[in-house]
Amino acid sequence: MKYFPHTQQDIEQMLAVAGVKSLDGLFGEIPQQLLFDREFALPEAMSEAEIRKFFEALGKRNGDLVCFAGAGVEDHYSPSVIAPILSRGEFLTAYTPYQPEISQGTLQYIFEYQSMICELTGMDVTNASMYDGTTATAEAMMMCVSIAKKRNRVLVSATMDPKVRRVVETYAKYQGVTVDLIAEKDGVTDLTDLESKLAADDVAGVILAQPNFYGIVEDYTGVADMCHARKAQLVMNVKPSTLAVLKTPAEWGADIACGDAQSLGIPMTYGGPYVGFLACVNAHVRKLPGRIVGATTDVDGKRAFVLTLQAREQHIRREKANSNICSNQSLMALYVTIYMSVMGHKGLKEACCLSYSGAHYLAEQLVATGKCSMVHDKPFFNEFAVRTTVPAAKVQEALLAAGILGGVRIADDTLLLCVTEQRTKEEIDTLVSIVNNIQ
Amino acid sequence: MSTILEGLYYAESHEYVKVEGEFGYVGITDYAQHELGNVVYVDMPEVDDEVTAGENFGAVESVKAASDLISPVSGTVVEVNEALNDNPELVNSDPYANWIIKVQLSDPAEVENLMDAAAYKAAIGE
Amino acid sequence: MIRNYDKLIFELSKEGRVGYSLPKNELKEKYCPCQLPAALKRESKPELPEVTEFDVVRHYTNLSNKNFGVDTGFYPLGSCTMKYNPRLNEEISALPSFARLHPATPVEAAQGALEVYYNLAASLAEISGLAAFTLNPYAGAHGELTGLMIMRSYHLQRGDSKRTKVIVPDSAHGTNPASAAVCGLEIVEVKSTPNGTVDVEDLKPLLDDTIAGIMMTNPNTLGIFETEIPEIARLVHECGGLLYYDGANLNAVLGKCRPGDMGFDIMHINLHKTFSTPHGGGGPGDGPVGVRAGLEKLLPNPQVKKDAAGKFYIDTDEASAGYVSNFLGNFGVLLRAYTYILTLGRENVKMVGPLAVLNANYVKESLKDDYYLPIEGICKHEFVFDGLADKSTGVTTLDIAKRLLDYGYHAPTIYFPLLFHQSIMIEPTETESKETLDEFIAVMKKVAKEAIGNPDIVKSAPHSTPVRRLDETTAARFPKTTYRQLKG
Repeated sequence: MKYFPHTQQDIEQMLAVAGVKSLDGLFGEIPQQLLFDREFALPEAMSEAEIRKFFEALGKRNGDLVCFAGAGVEDHYSPSVIAPILSRGEFLTAYTPYQPEISQGTLQYIFEYQSMICELTGMDVTNASMYDGTTATAEAMMMCVSIAKKRNRVLVSATMDPKVRRVVETYAKYQGVTVDLIAEKDGVTDLTDLESKLAADDVAGVILAQPNFYGIVEDYTGVADMCHARKAQLVMNVKPSTLAVLKTPAEWGADIACGDAQSLGIPMTYGGPYVGFLACVNAHVRKLPGRIVGATTDVDGKRAFVLTLQAREQHIRREKANSNICSNQSLMALYVTIYMSVMGHKGLKEACCLSYSGAHYLAEQLVATGKCSMVHDKPFFNEFAVRTTVPAAKVQEALLAAGILGGVRIADDTLLLCVTEQRTKEEIDTLVSIVNNIQ
Repeated sequence: MSTILEGLYYAESHEYVKVEGEFGYVGITDYAQHELGNVVYVDMPEVDDEVTAGENFGAVESVKAASDLISPVSGTVVEVNEALNDNPELVNSDPYANWIIKVQLSDPAEVENLMDAAAYKAAIGE
Repeated sequence: MIRNYDKLIFELSKEGRVGYSLPKNELKEKYCPCQLPAALKRESKPELPEVTEFDVVRHYTNLSNKNFGVDTGFYPLGSCTMKYNPRLNEEISALPSFARLHPATPVEAAQGALEVYYNLAASLAEISGLAAFTLNPYAGAHGELTGLMIMRSYHLQRGDSKRTKVIVPDSAHGTNPASAAVCGLEIVEVKSTPNGTVDVEDLKPLLDDTIAGIMMTNPNTLGIFETEIPEIARLVHECGGLLYYDGANLNAVLGKCRPGDMGFDIMHINLHKTFSTPHGGGGPGDGPVGVRAGLEKLLPNPQVKKDAAGKFYIDTDEASAGYVSNFLGNFGVLLRAYTYILTLGRENVKMVGPLAVLNANYVKESLKDDYYLPIEGICKHEFVFDGLADKSTGVTTLDIAKRLLDYGYHAPTIYFPLLFHQSIMIEPTETESKETLDEFIAVMKKVAKEAIGNPDIVKSAPHSTPVRRLDETTAARFPKTTYRQLKG
């Protein structure tokens, strides 16, 4: 076995030092009835060649589709330099940077990540990353409750991605926090409903999405004031790729910004690994869960980076910690850091522009077929909902047969379609012609 | 050898209260600040918050430890020591001058349950 | 030279440089985000670096040289199971047929991926002696939280709402009480006996109808097998509680005994420990959660199932404890773990625990004259020293840890478990050779001698690392966590 270095002679010599006669002797204290004494029902060991063939065969059972699906996960451009850097063993196989003297590589890229996330969102501080956007939003909910001290009700807009909402609701359920939905009106958050729900003065936080689940860019003018007048925190779940263009959570007046950074070039890989982010205004930094990297100096006065504000964390505070989160999603934070470095503001804007153009072109062409109509009349970014005259499932089937992932079906007659900078005009035209030909 | 001031009342959890009229100044003892090491942050309640004897009202953080603050007395917070926000190290340099909260005592007799300087000195084994 | 590299990516920035290439936008004239209402557009400009692709490659390559990884050298890091991370796992995980798969792909076009999920879950169930697994949780702590949600749901669905307390040994990892608190459970600590195991006599009076369950790891954080586990399981079950197994130490018993057979009802596994997926500087990992028969319905949604025709599908169950993730976990990490299991095969999985335990005992016995071993006897995958054997030197555990960096080793886990003041926790894992261990033992002995003969060199260590001891107090008092703050 190539991963075990022990020769028979090694084993014998080491057993002698350990003072036992056999490998079984190392487990001598374990009650007999607990010992596992049969063969595992697992396959026999496979060689590298066999494993490659095995997974290639499995991979062929996945469709290689042209992706027009979004709903929180999008097919973005992945610059070629990222994967080789991530696969460097010094990054890939490092532990959490608890020994800063030999972890400056990890600590510095997390510092860079934090800096860039704050630039994009406009927030003051962020942690070193979270598992994904859904859990980051759940943690934002927990922050609100912790900041408010005696309030345990949060409001979530009905225009939030249901995948995010249900994770928030799960976390809330076990903590005795009530999650109430803010009604949706014409595809956007009903601000009248929000105002009336805030009136009870018992709301710890309000969680909104931008762009929302339907791809609509909502106008949140006045919302922050509305929340703050009732001493509620405003949380915005945002898509970072759009922030090169869209008003930042800070500019909207949000106290906490969160979301998934998958849109910063991370491969879709059937749901993960991605990376969540969680940022806030300075006043709440002590309530921010997870790791945070700060700049300092070493004994020789050299600039250096270190995990800081650790007294908030589970390994010190145990049951009194803000959160149980232990790791971050470090390597994926490196991924998006390199992505943002390669793209810069200019590249991000260009990708936004391509996505926006493609999506609006697709929407217009689909409506022109007469087989689809726009569900909402609202500004959207790179994703939108269309109502289909034939069952949406039938549309998706026809597209699938042509190797196209035709969006996400959100009702029997409604599709959510997404276009990124990866989609060409030809691909869009193909999709439209297939829809046009459906009888 | 820690500094222990006469005339103050001490809790087992290493907070002191200095009583002046109807008010009590609550902070942590010299022994406590020494055990914690360099204080980097003091988490304080807000003015008008109620505190209850024996219950948590905040925390003191050092680089790799955090210690809950347990109120030795009950009452209403009338002042917090804002200077600690910018200079938490004041707790290290003089913990008695740098109290953490000023409390309007709701039950001044409560201090009778606390230790005097001699008893506290014995409690910390000095 | 390279080690002195100290630039931030922002400091390489020069206006006008680009590192990307994107297609031409043929549709730009007609459709442009500039058409959005002004109220929706950003006013400020994000200060992101403007650098070339080459700048990026050189910058991050130089940064990587200031890092230590399993690929660089030995990690005797207790409770972290820093074993070799095979490159084949990486290759498989990057296969485009998986990497390009959108989670909303219809199941008929995702059968390969679903099969990986299903079969990995089944393999973990077999290895751990439980009935079913979810692979949705993203990390160990996330798995713990999920497991405790299952525990609470189990009681609540029986109409038993009184059970709000969970028992945790005083030697437990900090995440255990933190996860319990996030799940809305109260913590009750059970004491350890002098040899570090759960004190059954102390446990008995804690067991009543308010107890949801107990969280344990076996072997425990001291590397000691809890031999009374059958009795503990009997007592906890008798009082109506469930047993939760923290899989942090599963590597110790892999192939020798199974948590399910010990009486545990729920457990999580850290794929990044036991199943060789890389730690990545702190993630991504994955924290699969397993349950015994009867609790399957409580696993988080969505759930992957197989129909009679052998077709895989995605299901949800109303009885589920809820949703804990975006979709089906860190799928890329699952591919790595499954590759590892297939590479080992049934014959080699059985050898992981024995060889890991052999390595730990070899190091322990070789060093116990120089370091104080508070608990004698055969350990499992790890063990704990309580500082140097010679207590007169003034050299602390932190000093020893830092001195090891000078000699090219990662530090052991230090000041944990909290049962001792100067804990040094060592876990070598099965992938380290006798030669590597012999060199490590020699260095540990050398440091112990230095502590006596030249304590100052130990107390001021490290000396040869890219940076030396850091000013953590200033970092915490005046946090500078972004480049913008650093520039002032």
